[in-house]
Amino acid sequence: MAEMEVAIVGVEKRLWSGQANFVSARTVEGDIGLLPGHQPVIAALDEAGVVRIDPTDGESFHAAVFGGFLSVTAESVTILAEQAEIASEIDVSAARDELQRAEGGNEDDHESRAAAARARARLRAAGENPDR
Amino acid sequence: MPASLRVLRRRIRSTKNIAQITKAMEMVAASRIAKAQARVQAARPYSDEFTHVLTTAARAGASDHPLLVAREEPSRAGVLVVTSDRGLAGGYNANVLREAERLMRELSDAGKETALFVIGGKGTAYFRFRNREVSGEWTGFSEVPDYPNATRAADTLTAVFLAGGQESVQRPSDDEGSGAGSSGSDQGGEGEGASRSSSFVPPEEAEGLSGVDELHVVFTAFDSISSQTVTSRQIAPLQLDEADGASDDESSGQSGDSEERQAEYEFEPEPEVLFDRLMPKYLRARVFAALLDAAASESAARQRAMKAATDNANDLVDNLTRDANQARQAQITQEISEIVGGANALAE
Repeated sequence: MAEMEVAIVGVEKRLWSGQANFVSARTVEGDIGLLPGHQPVIAALDEAGVVRIDPTDGESFHAAVFGGFLSVTAESVTILAEQAEIASEIDVSAARDELQRAEGGNEDDHESRAAAARARARLRAAGENPDR
Repeated sequence: MPASLRVLRRRIRSTKNIAQITKAMEMVAASRIAKAQARVQAARPYSDEFTHVLTTAARAGASDHPLLVAREEPSRAGVLVVTSDRGLAGGYNANVLREAERLMRELSDAGKETALFVIGGKGTAYFRFRNREVSGEWTGFSEVPDYPNATRAADTLTAVFLAGGQESVQRPSDDEGSGAGSSGSDQGGEGEGASRSSSFVPPEEAEGLSGVDELHVVFTAFDSISSQTVTSRQIAPLQLDEADGASDDESSGQSGDSEERQAEYEFEPEPEVLFDRLMPKYLRARVFAALLDAAASESAARQRAMKAATDNANDLVDNLTRDANQARQAQITQEISEIVGGANALAE
């Protein structure tokens, strides 16, 4: 089975790297699904989005990725992110609180809308429904 | 004849105290080096990959983006100087500041005005004491910088760079993005809010600052525990040669065949818009990398300085102890000779 080298690289450290069969992410222009042998792409990801990775060995998992972009070459996929969290590390109840606080805030406020989007991405990555 | 015994003993005591303090600072700095060094290394994949992506994108198009093309007749240059908040780090700050002064002289010889941006309390104090105008200053994190710190500084730099040498930074209501050539590039269902969050908004502290055509950064690069070098680099416009070198180093071996793959790259969104999004992140990454390097260098410099201070204090204690012993011996000898002299006088 074909596979590709995948890495999620955060600003402070490499969060995950390994072999995978499939990666999906949301770019600013829409969802993108990547299989091994994909055409080389450089794409900006959604400011707060979810990335799904199906590793060759092990369970498929999600990660919340903030301010990231994606670089695909013939044999590798690299996701660069200013901030990223693997689903298993996400604190669901904290994210829910965050979402509630952000949505309770001023609707027009740039900051609180961004915070709400981040909290939603976290919850979606953790497999929760943000709208319950 | 040396000073009196009492004075000598007091000096020994205080020198020992100093040695104790400097020793403690040395240990703290030494433990910080290891941590800071680990952070420098952990952060390297990001900046390496970033440079690689940027180089690729630059080769494949978007070559007229302000980040890539040196502006004609640059009139102003921004210089970011990275110093420490605290002293007691030997020549660390002096070296950085000397290099900064040299760079600024060089720039003004080339007919460019300079705008100063300073990180760290020592640099801020240095320039303020000399009544030099500082366009932006950030302090309080030089030993353990984190990414939001870098973001604050870098976003101001991005704002002044985008404004350009003739203009000053305006905090726009709506149309700032158009200056950088962005289009409504977002469609996440959040409507215009999402598209505004993606285009770069200058931070409040940048408002009203005059723009620049070039950005330089002066910091201390951490090569190893025993070697740190003060470095000045132009970070914008991007110098592709340098970026080439960096990406070839890290992907050596595949640089040859990557050449032919360039043409096939696909961009989402198109290169110009992509570059607008990448640019603030690129400057953040560069500033963050500089901060991490500087933090490691600072600890290394402090550790060395404190080791020298401790050694010196211990030498002083040794010398003073010798003097004190001599003084004590002299005192005893004098007392004995007085007693003997007194006894002899009585015996006669």
